[in-house]
Amino acid sequence: MTTKQEWLEQTYSRGKERPTRFTTLSDMPVDPLYTPEDVKNNFARDIGYPGEYPYTRGVYESMYRGRLWTMRQFAGFGLAEETNARFHFLLAQGQDGLSTAFDMPTLMGYDADSERAMGEVGREGVSVSSAQDMARLFDRIPLDKVSTSMTVNCSASVLLAAYLVVAERQGVPWEAVSGTIQNDMLKEFIAQKEWICPPAPSLRIVTDMVEFCAKKAPRFHAVSISGYHIREAGSTAVQELAFTIADGLCYVQDAVARGMNVDDFAPRLSFFWDLHNDFLEEIAKLRAGRRMWARFMKERFGAKNPRSLMLRTHAQTAGVSLTAQQPMNNVVRVAIQALAGVLGGVQSLHTNSMDETLALPTEQAVMVALRTQQIIAEETGVTNTIDPFGGSYAIEALTDKMEAEALEYIRKIDEMGGMLKAIDRGYPQLEIAEAAFNYQRQLEQGIKTVVGVNKYSVPEEIPIETLKINHELEERQIQRVRKLKRERNSVAVKEALKRVAEACRSGENLMDPICEAVRRDATVGEISDIYRAEFGVYKDPGWV
Amino acid sequence: MADKRLRILVAKPGLDGHDRGAKIIARALRDGGFEVIYTGLHQTPEMIAEAAVQEDVDAIGLSILSGAHMTLFPEVMRLLKEKGLDDVAIFGGGIIPDEDSAKLKAAGVKEIFTPGASTEDIVKWVHENVHPRD
Repeated sequence: MTTKQEWLEQTYSRGKERPTRFTTLSDMPVDPLYTPEDVKNNFARDIGYPGEYPYTRGVYESMYRGRLWTMRQFAGFGLAEETNARFHFLLAQGQDGLSTAFDMPTLMGYDADSERAMGEVGREGVSVSSAQDMARLFDRIPLDKVSTSMTVNCSASVLLAAYLVVAERQGVPWEAVSGTIQNDMLKEFIAQKEWICPPAPSLRIVTDMVEFCAKKAPRFHAVSISGYHIREAGSTAVQELAFTIADGLCYVQDAVARGMNVDDFAPRLSFFWDLHNDFLEEIAKLRAGRRMWARFMKERFGAKNPRSLMLRTHAQTAGVSLTAQQPMNNVVRVAIQALAGVLGGVQSLHTNSMDETLALPTEQAVMVALRTQQIIAEETGVTNTIDPFGGSYAIEALTDKMEAEALEYIRKIDEMGGMLKAIDRGYPQLEIAEAAFNYQRQLEQGIKTVVGVNKYSVPEEIPIETLKINHELEERQIQRVRKLKRERNSVAVKEALKRVAEACRSGENLMDPICEAVRRDATVGEISDIYRAEFGVYKDPGWV
Repeated sequence: MADKRLRILVAKPGLDGHDRGAKIIARALRDGGFEVIYTGLHQTPEMIAEAAVQEDVDAIGLSILSGAHMTLFPEVMRLLKEKGLDDVAIFGGGIIPDEDSAKLKAAGVKEIFTPGASTEDIVKWVHENVHPRD
């Protein structure tokens, strides 16, 4: 029997190779061929069956034959009423979960009437300053029937409280509310850069929320450990894998250090991956991530509940891969990225709209994006069999290789004393900046191709109609917040805010006092101001 | 002109954390031979104008991906004028529709780069269009 090396030397070398660099998008070298020699793993130990440890092939036993993934399109703009209308539109189109995009002031813990909100109210997402706004956002949407994802981090504690208060007002008990709040502060310092206070108190607030949800809103995922933003900031796929798993380990460590039993909260941890252009690399990443998480949870934390070992994940196609040039090409990119996600076994998926590099997506573009998922689910047949790429020499070899490289990063981070310490040193930040710069240079040198941008470009006018945000909205929202602040019981609000401040100091779980403050119409900005006063404000070290 | 290295402030106004572009530009301009000062994120127009004074810069590159460009560019320019720095060249980049780009240029912004612009083009543009203030 010919060995791979012999085949390479005797046969492959007779052929021709195009003068190109055969590496993944992340510049990981790829062999011309993979054979059983490249797959050192053991089927029972490393691959196994879906729904069984180490979950390489999928977290659920029947995967998409049992239930398709949740099609969850991210939406939000303007005032709460407009996003509410978009939500109703998406539900009518067959979408089965909601996903809320908040505007920058809300995400950063400022009310619409703050000076820091100037020009940004309702622009990139919906403006929510109070429980009243949250009630408008979910008007006529029963919170016990629809699961909601909220993409918010440093002000997440307040938004979760507002959501729970809206549920109360709908007569829905907290135990019946399901959804996910992103609330992954570590990746904020690493990549997305939305923060209020420094990393250590930020982590404490996350852990408060993990503890609170485990006890009082058990169907809510208190944190969605996110690689998405790490990748979008320019990391490689291996860095995305490594830093995300390392973030997850840090959250688990912190909750366990507080005395929580790992199996009491780990089943509600969820993940969020990016789906980029390199098809095989993405499938391998998703598979490697599941195996790594299962092993860490079992071996490092002694988790016993199988649900604690399962890496359940949302995924979104890569916003950064979309081009303003020839934007119709984005439909194709999104379809291929989404297909990788499905072949990689995700539980929930957002497909980007073709016009997103230009502005917030139009209704027509959102519909094509959702239809892309429906076509994959119901026309392509890829959902008929589980983990169809399992056992492919190439996929298994790439899965092993990415796992090994990611474990090496995690070893380094452990050596530094964990992710909080690594962030203080700027380690993941600088690794990502380096990778982003290298990729940009490869693009400019034509080593990597972006169709329609650095190759096959044509002179063009960008033809897509983009959604325009009405500037009067900002003024209306500012007036609304001011009115709320005038008309509420200010003594009751003051008292409640004082209790939040006391909890910041005493170390008591923050969530009950925050829920009470929000019930009394304290705002996102006011509670965030307590954080600023009690914990200090983090300043960007500007690692370049 | 050749004896004085141009000083460029790369600034990231607004609340969003999209600093990938700003950091790549900062590195590319540095590699291109300029003195680069990167402000870090979440700068207010006042902080940027103040940094321009402190650092005595010849140009400011604003990276804006939040959609707030029509508010932030004019505000930075107004403050610079107030501080007597109206000869500092202002350029910028981000997701900025053509229509807005034209308005900003009419208001005195020297150039707007949109997604897909190469670092090489931007470095070249700075070489050709930014001059020492003295």
